[in-house]
Amino acid sequence: MSEYVLEMQGIHKEFPGVKALDDVTFSVKKAEIHALVGENGAGKSTLMKVLSAVYPFGTYRGNILIDGEEKKFKSTRDSEQAGVAIIYQELALVRELSITENICLGSEIASAGIIDWNESFLKAQAALKQVGLNVNPTFPVSYLGVGEQQLVAIAKALSKEAKILILDEPTAALSGEESEKLLNIIKNLKEKGVTCIYITHRLKEVFDIADRITILRDGKTIATHEKKDLDEKKLIALMVGRELVNVYPRRSHTPNGVLFEIKNWTVFDPDINKTIADVNLTLRKGEILGIAGLVGAGRTELVMSLFHTWGRISSGKVYLEGKEVSLKDAKDAIAAGISLASEDRKRYGLVLLDDIKKNISLASLEKISTINVVNVNEEIKGAEQYVAQLKIKTPSIEQKTVNLSGGNQQKVVLGKWLMTKPKILILDEPTRGIDVGAKSEIYNIINDLVEQGVGVIVISSELQEVLGICDRILVMHEGHFTGEMNFQDATQEKIMYYATGGTGEYGHGK
Amino acid sequence: MGTENKRAGIKGAFLNNIRKYTMLIALVGIWVIFTFLTEGIFISPRNLSNLFLQTVAVGIIAVGMTLVIVTRNIDLSVGSIAAFTGAVGAFLQVKLGWPAHSAILVALFSGLLIGVWHGFWIGYRLVPAFIVTLASMMIFRGAVMGITKGATIAPLSDMFKAIGQNYVAPNISMFIGITTVVAYIIFELTRRSKRVKYGFTVTPIFLELVKIILISAAVSAFFMILVHNRGIPYAVLLLMFLTLLFHFIAQNTVFGRQLYAIGGNPDAAALSGVNIKKRIMALYMVFGVLTAAAGIVLTARLNAATTSAGQGMELDVIAASVIGGTSLMGGEGTILGAVIGALIMASLDNGMSLMNTDITYQYVIKGLILLLAVWVDIATRKKS
Repeated sequence: MSEYVLEMQGIHKEFPGVKALDDVTFSVKKAEIHALVGENGAGKSTLMKVLSAVYPFGTYRGNILIDGEEKKFKSTRDSEQAGVAIIYQELALVRELSITENICLGSEIASAGIIDWNESFLKAQAALKQVGLNVNPTFPVSYLGVGEQQLVAIAKALSKEAKILILDEPTAALSGEESEKLLNIIKNLKEKGVTCIYITHRLKEVFDIADRITILRDGKTIATHEKKDLDEKKLIALMVGRELVNVYPRRSHTPNGVLFEIKNWTVFDPDINKTIADVNLTLRKGEILGIAGLVGAGRTELVMSLFHTWGRISSGKVYLEGKEVSLKDAKDAIAAGISLASEDRKRYGLVLLDDIKKNISLASLEKISTINVVNVNEEIKGAEQYVAQLKIKTPSIEQKTVNLSGGNQQKVVLGKWLMTKPKILILDEPTRGIDVGAKSEIYNIINDLVEQGVGVIVISSELQEVLGICDRILVMHEGHFTGEMNFQDATQEKIMYYATGGTGEYGHGK
Repeated sequence: MGTENKRAGIKGAFLNNIRKYTMLIALVGIWVIFTFLTEGIFISPRNLSNLFLQTVAVGIIAVGMTLVIVTRNIDLSVGSIAAFTGAVGAFLQVKLGWPAHSAILVALFSGLLIGVWHGFWIGYRLVPAFIVTLASMMIFRGAVMGITKGATIAPLSDMFKAIGQNYVAPNISMFIGITTVVAYIIFELTRRSKRVKYGFTVTPIFLELVKIILISAAVSAFFMILVHNRGIPYAVLLLMFLTLLFHFIAQNTVFGRQLYAIGGNPDAAALSGVNIKKRIMALYMVFGVLTAAAGIVLTARLNAATTSAGQGMELDVIAASVIGGTSLMGGEGTILGAVIGALIMASLDNGMSLMNTDITYQYVIKGLILLLAVWVDIATRKKS
């Protein structure tokens, strides 16, 4: 028997006009954690879709061997039966159904079509235990946080006796603590003999848990290495094909004058019983202000409530350039010069069916119109300008945004907000789920804006990002700010201290 | 990589265009088949003129329905409302002796008010459009019976009837036809020169000319047919005008663009400064007036307001819209497509009537064609 549980040999996969995979070879040893890394569009997701038969046998060329035996999967069901389970970036759980129903979905315990609920609960409970999740399996999945939902998805895969678990960016939406918990569970599973293929953009996690690392670039296998033979710098060089001097291009800014103030801002959402309490915030002209904190601290809710798209009861005052402004909805905010790029680009950012041009112009239609008639030529001009400026990779501005990679989609969202010529740009997780190269491009764009006098607020769960690009950092915990510091004084430990609820001066007693 | 991408772009554009013209090709196919089956009667100017006239009521509503479906909404009440507004006009003119134009204005205004009612419940109270308009379907069918007292209101004055039955004199029709073609050519050429001035890449002049000549020829043929048969019917002129107007609104106005964004992704639209409530209200108001206009054409053509007018019309309208490429998932659909869809539906009715096809089969065939059309649309969409 072969030492490899999985071998993919000479995989070719083409989409109309694009070679997505070009002679990819990928081998995974039994009970190892194998990280699959590469920039967006490198072919990681496509390769995994070939393996899980989302693209069935016949739509690609090459061989797939599991335990040395050649497999020709015709459907995802075939691949599941062979022990391959994939946990998607976007969770494939039915939110309205209970945890038990979700875990048993597709493999219901039933006789003559009638479900045996007692057996189902036992099965669900056993599966939850394996991932260390202590919740009542009769609860609907929607009661759980994203991290816990992730665990349910893994439990579901394990209950189907998965031998090879594919995790596609599982920690992208998780807080640091939740991520750590998940990584520990993956390590435990490895000891139980489960093989993991781990896809992530977070290189720290790669070095934390992976045994071996395979790097893909432009649809080709670049290399497979033992972890001990690589360091972060080498890995990044292999991913992008060049040495990255610095991911975080620190430029010195000279903020002057108060641009934007929020005073005594209080919002309450009775539906989820969450409160933003008495928050004060000051943003200076030409400054990058970071808002750090754990997922769920209320950072997104704070900025969404400025646009009246979150919360029901709010009080407090907003000042723009010293004058009080009342913003009733997003339209008012945009007109006042405040733009918000949401953390969820697919839900709040893009009209995926529409092309790049229409997405970029969407928030500026009135600006490029006379008596409500859109000047289509101005629209094309604007779209082409931002496609060039933001280096959006696309054959034309008429490309539908659904066909773009994550990084390019994010740039389209940025283009939309840049076209509104904002005075204040709020970026909520601006680089989530996008590759290193695109990240540093986005940081450069932010720096350029700040040099033009725009005030930028960056919300980020990546500590390194906050430390790397912000001039000043506010830390939020459970709906209010617990700490403020200049970047010179900031450390990961200090931010973490405030983010987890620490008060007073860090390092001066407790 | 670069050239490959470019080639994919051209291939994509080609596929995309094929898809765009699928229904037009289907329409021509249907006409060819009926021409053979009816030994040429179908293609005669007299019949075609009649066919266009039959398309008008469904066509006008399909124009608005497309925008409604684009925003992920629906309107099931159009048949009842067309009957109601038509009955209002007929009642005022016949029973109360109002002049036709005042009666028509009030009918249009009643359509506007119904639109406000729909806009309020759908836009501001967030009751699903399906339910709101299902309720209206019943409510206004009842109202029609109330106005007509179960009887037919007829006959209408000549002026009222003219909207549905009269023709623009052939020489004036000729003039309108020539003006339209000339205006079209000027429009295309100025658009091109503006794009050149902006420094955009434009299609090669040769292809541009081929396109202009083909479309001009088709439009000229359309007008020639109508001129040959007594001129352009007033109602057809109205449909043409509304089609162009709403095509423009959909493509080139802030209002139209925002409707597509609302349908494509309401959350993203709201965060981009689109006031969804106001837009839905405005859309249903406009749609109410359009439906009333169709109701007046329908009443004028029949020269009577009846209790059963417009029954089942909502299905023809939705079918026309969907055959024309409108997606029930929202965010996609074109006005020109909807009118072609309406023409397909009317062609099937007209052709099968000429052939004396049993009414049973007429429904079955229309149903199957709807299914086939949508399947073809989905299948070709997947490939591109």
